[in-house]
Amino acid sequence: MKKSNSRRSFLKNISLASASALALSGCSLAELEKFFQKNFRTLSEKERKQLIEDLEAEYKQKYHKEFHLSDKPAIDGTLFGYALDISRCIGCRKCVYACVEENNQSREPQIHWIQVLQMEKEKGIDFVHSDVHYNPETVPEEGHFYLPVQCQQCRTPQCTTVCPVKATWQEPDGIVVVDYNWCIGCRYCMAACPYGARHFNWGKPEIPEEEINTEMHYLGNRPRMKGVVEKCTFCIQRVREGRYPACVEVCPVGARKFGNLLDPNSEIRYILENKRVLVLKEELNTQPKFYYFFGV
Amino acid sequence: MKINTKRRFIRWIPALFMLVVLGACSASGSQAGQEEADSNLKAGNVVQYTNESTEIAVEAPPLTDGIFPCNDCHSDIVPNPQRRELVDFHDDISVLFNHDSENRWCLDCHDMNNRDSLRLASGKLLSFEESYKLCGQCHGEKLRDWKVGVHGKRIGEWNGKKEYLLCVHCHNPHSPKFESMTPEPPPVRQEDIRIYEPKNQENDEEK
Repeated sequence: MKKSNSRRSFLKNISLASASALALSGCSLAELEKFFQKNFRTLSEKERKQLIEDLEAEYKQKYHKEFHLSDKPAIDGTLFGYALDISRCIGCRKCVYACVEENNQSREPQIHWIQVLQMEKEKGIDFVHSDVHYNPETVPEEGHFYLPVQCQQCRTPQCTTVCPVKATWQEPDGIVVVDYNWCIGCRYCMAACPYGARHFNWGKPEIPEEEINTEMHYLGNRPRMKGVVEKCTFCIQRVREGRYPACVEVCPVGARKFGNLLDPNSEIRYILENKRVLVLKEELNTQPKFYYFFGV
Repeated sequence: MKINTKRRFIRWIPALFMLVVLGACSASGSQAGQEEADSNLKAGNVVQYTNESTEIAVEAPPLTDGIFPCNDCHSDIVPNPQRRELVDFHDDISVLFNHDSENRWCLDCHDMNNRDSLRLASGKLLSFEESYKLCGQCHGEKLRDWKVGVHGKRIGEWNGKKEYLLCVHCHNPHSPKFESMTPEPPPVRQEDIRIYEPKNQENDEEK
């Protein structure tokens, strides 16, 4: 009896049990490796390259298309800022769906990174009485204005500090990103975000094969899996290539502005210096880099 | 010393020559621009404007198909400077015209003698590509904001080449107020999102 309780036999049994569990689960070696993948930020150059290649192959197999998955780091000397002209937005929601398509958001169950809130002019910015489900024949509606809300890319993001596994962080160019492979789905970040900007994949995300955007970034719009959190990244796959985010380019009234806060000649700096600007929930000291302004 | 300065001077001669040539070119260019305001339009090109060292590509103006050049018809018509409502032709524009219609009409913006040109209050002729200058006569603040990219929409690169849209790409110059539009569908209500996955499929989905 004493002998069977020894440390040696315990170790022997546990290794046997885990080996058989592994064999029974039908887990391939590649999947095992994936399971033990390190945090994106601690990967070596070589590991990163391998990971990108593997993922590209995986997506190709799943969606039958050639993918380009980037892991491009932040451009030196950039801090991205965004400005939205409240006096122009008409609430057409074109940005919402341009974002869904660009960033491969799940169509079923539905995930939207941008929420357009309809507010009453009489009440001003009042989240409690705002309506995200407005659906009239035509917009804008009399007596209302519209306030699109997405990730505010805070300078002091609370969502990143609460993450127990450091799966989300702020990049040097100010974009708050998520490593979907590292996220454990605890949703602490969602509770911490005062803007409701983070979204959880409660179900397996569905994207039609013909609608998938094949230009991707590891920290951005690559397909997510069930059980992870996702959010707006200022279209990291576009802006790190020098392009405007998708929502900026689709806006039919030109209400959305984007640029480098460190460049004194940028449009965003012009707005901050010459227009009346506000940030949402300023009292929380989140210090958003997403500004709202009045163009007229 | 003397030889040295002479040499230095000789070295500058080609540069000076180039400057003179360039100056002459730009002078003739701007003159041509004033006289034949429509030359760029005929080529159908996107025009490059230089604005504080930034190149701005302006998309070709959205002219109604088959209506330009205006002079194809207007060269045979004796201009009538009398302010009136058009009934025989361009009546479609008359109907929707809503741009300070109380005080303005066609020939406040279109040139009477050369219909392929627009006309500033100063009498200067403008091509349709430069229509933003005409708009800026009254809407100076908007023009200022447009030039720095705050009013209107830009497409392209935040740190590089951008494409500007002209005022008239978004605003109908004859009726500039934005028309209301149908919104895209609202998000599904929280309570209507169903996440149901049959048990037997679950194993496949884990992949």
